[in-house]
Amino acid sequence: MNAYKEIAWNGLWKQNSILAQLLGLCPLLAISTNFVNAVSLGLATIVVMMLANFAISALRALIPYEIRIPVFILIIAALVTMVDLAFNAFLHDLYLVLGIFIPLIVTNCIVLARVEAFAAKNGLRASTLDGLMMGIGFVWVIALLGAVREFVGQGTLFSGIEMIFPTLSGIQILPADYPGFLIAMLPPGAFFVLGLLIAGRNWLEARANQRLREQRIHHQADHPTSVPA
Amino acid sequence: MTEPIEIARRESSALRISVRTAAILLAFTLVFTALMAGTYRATAPLVAASALAEKLRLIGEVLPPSLYDNDLMADAITLAPQKALGLDDQTRAWRARKNGKPVALVLEAAALDGYSGRISLILAIDAEGRLLAQRVTAHKETPGLGDYIDPKKDRNKARPWITQFSNLGFDSVPREKWRVKKDGGRFDQMSGATISARAVTNASGRALTWAVEHHDNLFALPANGRYEEPRSKP
Repeated sequence: MNAYKEIAWNGLWKQNSILAQLLGLCPLLAISTNFVNAVSLGLATIVVMMLANFAISALRALIPYEIRIPVFILIIAALVTMVDLAFNAFLHDLYLVLGIFIPLIVTNCIVLARVEAFAAKNGLRASTLDGLMMGIGFVWVIALLGAVREFVGQGTLFSGIEMIFPTLSGIQILPADYPGFLIAMLPPGAFFVLGLLIAGRNWLEARANQRLREQRIHHQADHPTSVPA
Repeated sequence: MTEPIEIARRESSALRISVRTAAILLAFTLVFTALMAGTYRATAPLVAASALAEKLRLIGEVLPPSLYDNDLMADAITLAPQKALGLDDQTRAWRARKNGKPVALVLEAAALDGYSGRISLILAIDAEGRLLAQRVTAHKETPGLGDYIDPKKDRNKARPWITQFSNLGFDSVPREKWRVKKDGGRFDQMSGATISARAVTNASGRALTWAVEHHDNLFALPANGRYEEPRSKP
């Protein structure tokens, strides 16, 4: 597996920011009440993570080790502010949808975590790719969480999509008189669904490890002289 | 044993490192503050224009431009904080006229008793004391539950909840009936999310009462004047 593939695999699955590292829970739980909000926050997060990783990787030779954390926070906060202003000025329609989420990204410690763990030690291209992949890993989990909570909580999917694509509209899946399931919309529901997702990931990982072990045992049985890995 | 000279040398090098690190931190702070300030200055006119367009759009939603012929933005007044409207800060109100005659007043109000705090409203009230329309401009009600007070989030697109107030005044809905049905009033609420509807309904009732009472004084004020409460009644 080459280095770029490994970065992608780490971001999307193995070291997934939510499922494996459990980072960034504050915006995750607050915004995942429906699919459209969740994806919107996720996309804004991707932009900031790529920019932050790029900037820190580019400046890493100038940042003394002792004060790296304050400098990282300074750079991330400045970038988020500039992204927020730029969105407001140049992409105003999108800003009306994403705008409230952008300042929230500062509270997402996954940005600081990747800057510290990866961008401060790696080159420009690898760091930017890491930001992108960690961001995509964040998006797919928060999108799934949002979809489940929206479906259970109010019986719809993609509600509010007309704010992004005016020609589309949300889908009512359960009957319109579905009374809703309030707990799914409130923070406890987010914890329940997140717990189930993490359990699902752990189950898949455990199964994959089990298979790997069985393969090794077969391998040894076929070639008794070979050295175990 | 460390020589005294050696200790002195180490101390001075520690001091040098501290000063150097502080200088680097200061440099980063200055550079990134300058970048932020530059971005702010470059985007400020565009951001202000968008905010004004957004306000005009909201005003346009509650008050159709065909109803008036004056320059609404120029015929604005400042309201001192009005407790009756739920406002702690001064706000703007806009006076619409046709052929010089008062047509409607556009003003902001707030309900402080939403499910998650404050709900901000913008209302247009005509010269006969009828609520032409109102919209929620900001709220934090539970998504998917109480947020139907905002027509963008209301699942009933054909007839959003907030439109049931349109063109009603105390002549057709008596003051004591200006409540949600659950409180014995006239207006619908969604079951399970009464608090949001109640807050908006009661706030609009209070705003309507206030606007009717102060209507003539508000329209008598010169443009860009400031309206103070004459005397709060006991």
